[in-house]
Amino acid sequence: MNDTGFIHPYIPNSVPAVRQEMLREIGLTDVEEILAEIPANLRVPGLLSLPEPLLSEYDLRRHVQSLLDRNVSSAECLNFLGGGCWSHFVPALCDEITARGEFLTAYSGSNYSDLGKHQARFEYNSLMAELLDYDVVVEPGYDWGTAAGFALRMAARLTGRREVLVPENMGAERRSIIAELCEPEYVAGHIAITEVACDRANGRLDLADLASKSSAATAAVYFENPGYLGQLEPGAAEICRLARDAGAVSIAGVDPISLGVVAPPGSYRADIAVGDLQPLGIHMAAGTGLSGFMAFRDEEPYLAECPFAIYTILETTVAGEHTFGELLSGRTSYGVRDQAPDWVGTQTGLWAICAGVYLASLGPQGMREVGETIVRRAHYAARRLAELPGVSLPLGDGFFKEFPVCFDDTGKSVAEVNEALLARGIFGGRNLSVGYPQLGQSALYCVTEVHTRGDIDRLVDTLAEVLS
Amino acid sequence: MSAIGTEQGGVHNEAVARRMQEKLEDNARLRREGGLLRDYQAARWDEPIAMELGRPGERGVIPPQATDVAAEVPEAAELLPRELRRSAPPALPEISQPQLVRHFTRLSEMCLGVDVTVDIGEGTCTMKYSPKVNELLARSPKMSELHPDQPEETLQGILEICYRMSRILCEISGLDEFSFQPPGGSAAVYGFAAIARAYHHERGDDVRDEVVTTIFSHPCDGACPATAGYKVVTVMPDENGYADLEALKAVLSERTAAIMITNPEDTGIFNPRIREYTDAAHAAGALCFCDQANLNGILGLTRAREAGFDACQFNLHKTFGSPHGCKGPATGALGVSSKLAPYLPAPHLVALADERAPGGLRYHLDYDCPQAIGKLRAFLGNLAVVLRAYAWTMSLGARGLREVAEVAVINNNYLEAQLREIRGIGYPYAPGVRRLDQVRYSFGELKEDTGFGTTDMRTGFCDFGVQTWFMSHHPWIVPEPFTPEPCETYSKEDIDYWAAAMKTTSDDAYESPQHFAAAPHNQSCHRIRTWERLDDPREWAVTWRAYRRKHGAARATDEE
Repeated sequence: MNDTGFIHPYIPNSVPAVRQEMLREIGLTDVEEILAEIPANLRVPGLLSLPEPLLSEYDLRRHVQSLLDRNVSSAECLNFLGGGCWSHFVPALCDEITARGEFLTAYSGSNYSDLGKHQARFEYNSLMAELLDYDVVVEPGYDWGTAAGFALRMAARLTGRREVLVPENMGAERRSIIAELCEPEYVAGHIAITEVACDRANGRLDLADLASKSSAATAAVYFENPGYLGQLEPGAAEICRLARDAGAVSIAGVDPISLGVVAPPGSYRADIAVGDLQPLGIHMAAGTGLSGFMAFRDEEPYLAECPFAIYTILETTVAGEHTFGELLSGRTSYGVRDQAPDWVGTQTGLWAICAGVYLASLGPQGMREVGETIVRRAHYAARRLAELPGVSLPLGDGFFKEFPVCFDDTGKSVAEVNEALLARGIFGGRNLSVGYPQLGQSALYCVTEVHTRGDIDRLVDTLAEVLS
Repeated sequence: MSAIGTEQGGVHNEAVARRMQEKLEDNARLRREGGLLRDYQAARWDEPIAMELGRPGERGVIPPQATDVAAEVPEAAELLPRELRRSAPPALPEISQPQLVRHFTRLSEMCLGVDVTVDIGEGTCTMKYSPKVNELLARSPKMSELHPDQPEETLQGILEICYRMSRILCEISGLDEFSFQPPGGSAAVYGFAAIARAYHHERGDDVRDEVVTTIFSHPCDGACPATAGYKVVTVMPDENGYADLEALKAVLSERTAAIMITNPEDTGIFNPRIREYTDAAHAAGALCFCDQANLNGILGLTRAREAGFDACQFNLHKTFGSPHGCKGPATGALGVSSKLAPYLPAPHLVALADERAPGGLRYHLDYDCPQAIGKLRAFLGNLAVVLRAYAWTMSLGARGLREVAEVAVINNNYLEAQLREIRGIGYPYAPGVRRLDQVRYSFGELKEDTGFGTTDMRTGFCDFGVQTWFMSHHPWIVPEPFTPEPCETYSKEDIDYWAAAMKTTSDDAYESPQHFAAAPHNQSCHRIRTWERLDDPREWAVTWRAYRRKHGAARATDEE
């Protein structure tokens, strides 16, 4: 096929004359002279069987958009789903900067050729460090769950121990990710996961149970603040102290958008902090916006056991001029393959830049305001919902933006309620009745700064109608 | 045998060599003097760190306020547990919006994405053009505002796109099912290792605790199975650069869970006897995984199934046109044969007949997957990446994919013909064998001649306005390596430019060592002085607060 006659806008050298000219210049007449390196018995005969291409950009856009149009988005419905991905306000500047082709289409260029990317990343580190109260913030990983899983593996290496403690009410997905990363019990490297009981009345970790379970075998104590069910953890400092007394690493999972008003994990001395960046100006995009951050103290063993890339600010030959470089780069899987602490790869670099833009835009006052708005709107919603006949809040107050709502005494199941809400243009909270039978027919509602009082009143009024 | 890296493999042709020498001489002059090279100067803004910008009280953006519920609920502090109230505000900068836009726009200007320049150097990663129309589609609120846990009936569009894309990838690979959950190529490689673990365990076979890979397979093919608990055995190349088949056979045993390899390997050499490797592994009871992060040179030409593989992965952000985004978000589409399909992480996407649905199919997420491995990340994966990959593939079709591979192969051989005429560059392994989409070259000879290696060359090279190269080629079996991959995105002139820049960089290393050693000259900043900081815990500073603590506030404007 030395003259396919198939000229494509993405392929400059698909012009037959150019193909031929290039082949001729290197002493060939046909690309098959190169492709002959692939044995005939492994060659695809003819062309693959694929849908006809849409060569016109207009046709392509129309086709794909027509498929997308079958979605009903959270911009069209009123969304109260959270549980690991949340509706938040996205500043225009976040969209503007993440759409810049210079960032969007860059990869692993050097300290010199990609200086701006390196600086944006350092700024992300620096801004998150202030928010979280740590001196080290590393390249973010895939999402909260994988960041937590890698942090647990770090803890096992740091302590030489192979048992970790986690809250019994952590989300099933995050738990599944962690369990896989801790390896099954039939594998030599298995890290045992022991559940710590949680108070049925408020969802908080049972500190007595934690004290009885933490021991000289404990590598890490992982807890969440807020937890999957939305509850904040006033015992955070005590949990970290219990872990420290046992010689274990404390790992706190936190929501960064809460930290303008909620105490940062560094302040209660969690050794490692993880969580998701998505609330910081990143669109949900069906989960594409997730990004798992990690921060810890500036102690060499922590950096050495961290799988992700870590960058430091550097000086150049010109006084006062900065650039940036990857520290201890020889330790990662790019450097030493299977001898590395786990693996580093293409993770969520663009979202680090985005979160940096967000934090620089909001500043200390904006972060306080957005935290206050979320807490107040969420509590307003919870109080209004609890006024509905048969509706209750099984974990009470003390949450940040999410809280379970129980429909047991309404005579309706969550599935029925959510179906009726959907018919009225509302995505009800995530059904908890499968993973959390102790909560009965409950749903996890998420209320943030994007939900106005009018939105919340509409939810309450609609529920009143649905439940009557 | 000469040292690896200085020997000349591949196919040599005297007439071609002379022609290429002339071409390089012609091109390696400035454009205004009749050559190709630009008088390039990168943007250099001397831009302060964001932490140094603004003044107290300035606002960048104002978020929604809770005034509408203020009468009904107490102040936020009263709603939070006393122990958890933040005592001091985070020390974030306070910057007005115009200055913020300017700051981040300037940073972006000091970054060489594919949209800006020729990025051939980051081979093995396939830096290709990411079509703009795909970005517009990904930014549609019908995509960007989807919550992944929405009721299935409200996600039918994106689920259909995922279903269609998985059918396309099945045809491209010859495999039977795909999962888009892995959020990167390495995550997919890890996902396969977890599947191998579950598969053997379910068959009552817990003896298999080893994975075999090859040294020229991607680094994650060793690292990810190690995280999954496997002991990793690495097969070294034979004298032709292929993974040594006899060495592979010697390490296969009843303990081998899987072989996890790349073909063509990072050398760009396609292993024509690949079927013997997979047959040998299968005979030992092992599974076979092909790391196809980079499929560009064989797209539509040869498939994982016919080579005997049980599974493979495609990086949709490499071969399938989704942008790299300064390293993510990404997708490693994980494909498996039907016997491994039950092990893919939940949920499994299925199409159900439904006469009321458009096209007669309704798309359903099946969470009842008892044999599935644990989740590889939350929800369904980076579906906006799948969307872009689908649009890219639908723009090309079968003929287009074939054209991508053929042009990638032609481009690579065209670049090779020029690079082998440049002083100091070695072309190791396999005389008489042509490379497909990329070549692992060596600056070993240049290092011996001049003392400058691949890192120095990388720095001098970017003074010509081209992106530097990717450095993850450890261990340096090929000394001072680099691996350009001139994929279908690049025009003949782009490749000529890249080669001319390389020739000039090499000439500088040989003839103007002082000038060369001081590079970069035309970049966004000057040469690094404090290299020791990369390994010294007292010196490194990962954040601005650590920098001020360790190095004082040399440039800080605010001394509070």
